[in-house]
Amino acid sequence: MSLSATATRFFSTSKDELTSKKRDEFEDILEERRLSSDLRYAMKCYTPVIYKGLSPCKPNAIKSVVLQSEQVQYVIKQLAKEMGESPDIIQEEAMEILDEMGHSMQLGTVRFFAFTLSKIFKQLFQRVCVNEEGMQRLQRAIQEHPVVLLPSHRSYVDFLMLSYLLYTYDLALPVIAAGIDFLGMKIVGELLRRAGAFFMRRSFGGNRLYWAVFAEYVKTMLRNGYAPIEFFLEGTRSRTAKTLTPKFGLLSIVMEPFFKREVFDTYLVPISISYERILEESLYAYELLGVPKPKESTSGLLKARRILSDNFGTIHIYVGQPVSLRTLASGRINLCPYNLVPRHLPQKPTEDIQEFVSDVAYKMELLQIENMVLSPWVLVAAVLLQNLPAIDFELLIEKTVWLKGLTQTFGGFIEWPDNLCAKKAVMSGLTLHSNIARLVDGHVVLNDKGIEDGAVGEIVFKRALVILMCSTYRNQLLNVFVRPSLVALALQMTRSFRKEEVYSSFSFLRDIFSDEFIFFPGISLKDFEEGCFLLTKCDAIQTTQQEIYPTDKGSVVVSFLSAMFRPFVEGYQLIFRYLSKETKEAFTEKQFVPGVRNFVFQLLEKGATQCYEALSSDMQKNALAALVQLGAVKKKKIVVVVLLLLKSITIGVPAMSPCLALAVCTEHCWPLKTLRHFLACLLRKLIV
Amino acid sequence: MAAEAAGSGGGSPASARRRLRIISGHLRGSPRAAGQEALSPSPCKAQGGSAGPAAGSIPKKRQEILKWNGWGYNDSKFIFNKKGQAEFTGKRYRLGGMVLPTFKEWIEKTFGASLEHKTTSRASLNVNDVPPPIVNEEFLQDLRATKISYSQDAEDRVFRAHGHCLHEIFVLREGMFKRIPDVVVWPVCHEDVVKIVELACKHNLCIIPFGGGTSVSSALECPEEEKRTIVSLDTSQMNRILWIDEKNLTACVEAGIIGQDLEKQLSESGFCTGHEPDSMEFSSLGGWVATRASGMKKNIYGNIEDLVIHIKMVTPRGIVEKNCQVPRMSTGPDIHHFIMGSEGTLGVVTEVTIKIRPLPEYQKYGSVVFPNFERGVACLREVAKQRCAPASIRLVDNAQFQFGHALKPQVASIFTSFLDGLKKFYITKFKGFDPNILCVATLLFEGDREKVLQHEKQVYDIATKFGGLAAGEDNGQRGYMLTFVIAYLRDLGLDYYVIGESFETSVPWDRVLDLCRNVKERIVRECKEKGVQFAPFSTCRVTQTYDAGACVYFYFAFNYRGISDPIHVYEEIERAAREEILANGGSLSHHHGVGKLRKRWMKESISDVGLGMLRSVKEYVDPNNIFGNKNLL
Repeated sequence: MSLSATATRFFSTSKDELTSKKRDEFEDILEERRLSSDLRYAMKCYTPVIYKGLSPCKPNAIKSVVLQSEQVQYVIKQLAKEMGESPDIIQEEAMEILDEMGHSMQLGTVRFFAFTLSKIFKQLFQRVCVNEEGMQRLQRAIQEHPVVLLPSHRSYVDFLMLSYLLYTYDLALPVIAAGIDFLGMKIVGELLRRAGAFFMRRSFGGNRLYWAVFAEYVKTMLRNGYAPIEFFLEGTRSRTAKTLTPKFGLLSIVMEPFFKREVFDTYLVPISISYERILEESLYAYELLGVPKPKESTSGLLKARRILSDNFGTIHIYVGQPVSLRTLASGRINLCPYNLVPRHLPQKPTEDIQEFVSDVAYKMELLQIENMVLSPWVLVAAVLLQNLPAIDFELLIEKTVWLKGLTQTFGGFIEWPDNLCAKKAVMSGLTLHSNIARLVDGHVVLNDKGIEDGAVGEIVFKRALVILMCSTYRNQLLNVFVRPSLVALALQMTRSFRKEEVYSSFSFLRDIFSDEFIFFPGISLKDFEEGCFLLTKCDAIQTTQQEIYPTDKGSVVVSFLSAMFRPFVEGYQLIFRYLSKETKEAFTEKQFVPGVRNFVFQLLEKGATQCYEALSSDMQKNALAALVQLGAVKKKKIVVVVLLLLKSITIGVPAMSPCLALAVCTEHCWPLKTLRHFLACLLRKLIV
Repeated sequence: MAAEAAGSGGGSPASARRRLRIISGHLRGSPRAAGQEALSPSPCKAQGGSAGPAAGSIPKKRQEILKWNGWGYNDSKFIFNKKGQAEFTGKRYRLGGMVLPTFKEWIEKTFGASLEHKTTSRASLNVNDVPPPIVNEEFLQDLRATKISYSQDAEDRVFRAHGHCLHEIFVLREGMFKRIPDVVVWPVCHEDVVKIVELACKHNLCIIPFGGGTSVSSALECPEEEKRTIVSLDTSQMNRILWIDEKNLTACVEAGIIGQDLEKQLSESGFCTGHEPDSMEFSSLGGWVATRASGMKKNIYGNIEDLVIHIKMVTPRGIVEKNCQVPRMSTGPDIHHFIMGSEGTLGVVTEVTIKIRPLPEYQKYGSVVFPNFERGVACLREVAKQRCAPASIRLVDNAQFQFGHALKPQVASIFTSFLDGLKKFYITKFKGFDPNILCVATLLFEGDREKVLQHEKQVYDIATKFGGLAAGEDNGQRGYMLTFVIAYLRDLGLDYYVIGESFETSVPWDRVLDLCRNVKERIVRECKEKGVQFAPFSTCRVTQTYDAGACVYFYFAFNYRGISDPIHVYEEIERAAREEILANGGSLSHHHGVGKLRKRWMKESISDVGLGMLRSVKEYVDPNNIFGNKNLL
């Protein structure tokens, strides 16, 4: 149960901060837009606040600085030598990369966006609420040091909205790392480029030239303080509204100038953007069920314009406290390796640094989560999913109010106007999300119209669609609830009150769900203590030195919490069952997802399970990733196809006798016995 | 400025001589009689039993001419005169007796200090506070038998218990050291030192060598936990030039000689060493060797490691020296490099053979204004690349430029003030330099007249490429003069709640700008965090150029009113600044040394094994830790 001391210090949220945190007030920025001319707004005098050390330069000048930089020139020369080509040709190639990648921010385009987005946002959203204090903090930060904006990613609206916001507040517009897919869109890609987007290829691990050019491009903009740099730690839009585990590549690039002391400090600003209703909600549900995501295209965008007639409620944007990278790094990193190599040489970060980058990434995501605004509907969805197929309206209100209290105890940030009565709040949620649930005869039911007729398969599919959409909203609660809930689950699993045993179950669950929820690496014990603390706080459990046991009145909380996470437990069980039963020794990632989906689908059709969420490709991938991390499944790259190796698993339900072995070709083979034992434990433990 | 201009005849040999006068002008009285006598290799002055009083600039009773609680000479200090204007007293320096009309305003503006808020040092040392000596009677008996001069006087002991770190001066002004030397001894020659070291070994005492007392690394502080008798071995009376070898251009000198005496005496024979650390008025040859000193004119003459030909050092294990005086030898690792930088942990350097050069025919100062610091650094880099650095080239940042400006004496005539105005107009209005961004490089050329002029042109041509404008000899000369008087300023600051210090590092060229910016910023931030109410004075200059990098020197001072423990706050900030330097790829020290102040970073600096190598040398040479000042390791 030992705990890395540095990690603890680093992860500094204390228990008091958890609940007594005071948050800023919100202001609606659309209000002003509804009162005055959008055109005048778009043409307003825009003299943004900029970085104090800024050396002003044009987007094209940046490109040539990058191209001429020692860093890029070094790689060009290296490659030229290795490939026996003339450096000019490679330089040419680098130029092409830069042209593909580089933004060309123009005030005209920005004004165009300011105008059109005003129109569109007013159509789509009731309110766009921003914490003004956060904006003021950001304003100060921008002047002081280079700034990196790290918003959560739930929708394409995210980056449009953020730029719109900075324009509104007269702050320097960010340059945004966007996926190269946008360039596939005619006109729109170029428009985005002129609004400050720069484009990165999805994967360029092996391409040294690309990596060098890209990294230098980003770093040059950061060092010069050209503009705030914006990117998404999650890498892509979360289809489930749960925060995705962070990607480290870009983060480590923006941190490097500080490590090399080319800048004094860098501010990382976590930004939480919460949608009352997500624009892409149904698209996501389809995608999770395996109906492929439509390619980004302009015609697709035009087709999507019908959503303009729909109402998407309120957006809350919480600009978090800028976090000083210097403060985070203080006392943690040995910079000696950076001092011993010329700074322009590409250098693989040390393990130390990699660990630090990962810690920072998780910390930032946890800060995003902390400031996510939860709407009453999120609570409704959570209650509803535990009471399918229908729940009495009054009971729903009662439970929602109860859940509100619990959420607040756990530090959740609920936006629930003081004067708004519970009934109205629930009603307005139902109205906004009438595509998901509706009120029928005093009962609230899922809106699965047209399900009655049709084939069994179709019914299952439609039902899954609604449930996945609904769970998207419940999911927003999960990262706030996960620590106490895993303690609750562990308590149920353990059937013992001994603290140590409960903790070991907790830690097992935490490992299994490491890709599903966001945990700061390496502080299992602290997470456990925090979970226990929160449960104690709402009188759900009592703890002594040795033991943890639920209180009489706490059983409601404990069972609610475990029910909340049951879909994940059951979903993972199904996935493990599939793995141990259905698969061959080795399979590819491509085979895996459809395989599980079919397996679960059949069970659902037979009525053998009610776990619709196991159909979600997100959960399937997370489960697999966790197994890989735990070493039960081994990933092996063969040319391009990733093979996942497993050996003969048999499962008898309920009694299981798994026997699993890694395929012959793996180097780090576990002894068969250990492996068997491991999987047996895995499955047994998951049966709650 | 008029006064300076009056004396400056441009590039005549007279000016070269004048410069020497500046440096050695602190000497009072006629050349000592011992001078001539010393030029013959006599084994020991003490022979015959009478320890004749030495005639160096520094007497045994240091306090007779030096401040006991501050820097430099008793008669030289900054004061505010009756009109409230700053003035420098005494006649030793060119600034002496001059009024500095803008200085007060600068202090008030820069530090938020006010003349009304004054702190005063106690008037004299309170002898009753002085810790009682730990006396080893048997040792004293033996010592008396050697006829070597010694003292147990409280003042003598206290004045050898410290260097010139801020906290040490603060203690002198307001407190008392916990541990000070118990006996002070004044050997007058190598043989005396041998005897003292033998006695120390016999009686198991601790010896702390003391040269000029200008350490800024806590190197002279006595370890509090030292229970043995601490002997302060003051080398100041070992100050003769033993011989001069004109054929090989070397001189053998006793290690206690201080810089200005060395140069003055050599100049009588038409030579110089050219080694001019900023402390050369007070620091000693032995001290230079023990700390790996660096001189302002190292571009021509080299640093101490380039100058030294032979070292004789007395250690508990015996005497260490080489068998010949040759320019270079391949006999394993150079044992001189165990000695240089050993900071008094291995033994006492008694005699050094050092390279000498004929006095330069001609000297010329110069200065260049750059639009900003970046351009200035780029220019210095280019100068270093072309290996055409003048004897000295320094680049001060804007804050230090303004500081230097504030120390301009009152102008004597309307004409000069008009000229000044014109210059200022030309640079700021006509050339568009922002007076709050521009920076200045000061130059010193030395050598044959013709070559100097040629050299000067080359350097100015390079400067022009980097946007530099020649800004006259006066500015250059004043820059160098400041070096000698700046240490006096700290004493003035101390009277008005302003504390400060300087520190240095060396850094590769490509990191110079980042390091300067980050360290200054770190200082400002740390001050803010520690509750310093007025923004600190945080400034730097590039003082030396090398092929692969530069030496950077920082000044840092702040107004400590409202802070209960200013020294602690100061030390924390300095420590943070040092960490910043290391994080930026700078060295732990370029020439100040490690002492006790920077020991904690030694392992990081030279690795575990490196430290072990040094330790094993110490263990062999001094197994009983006779030289127990606890520096370095």
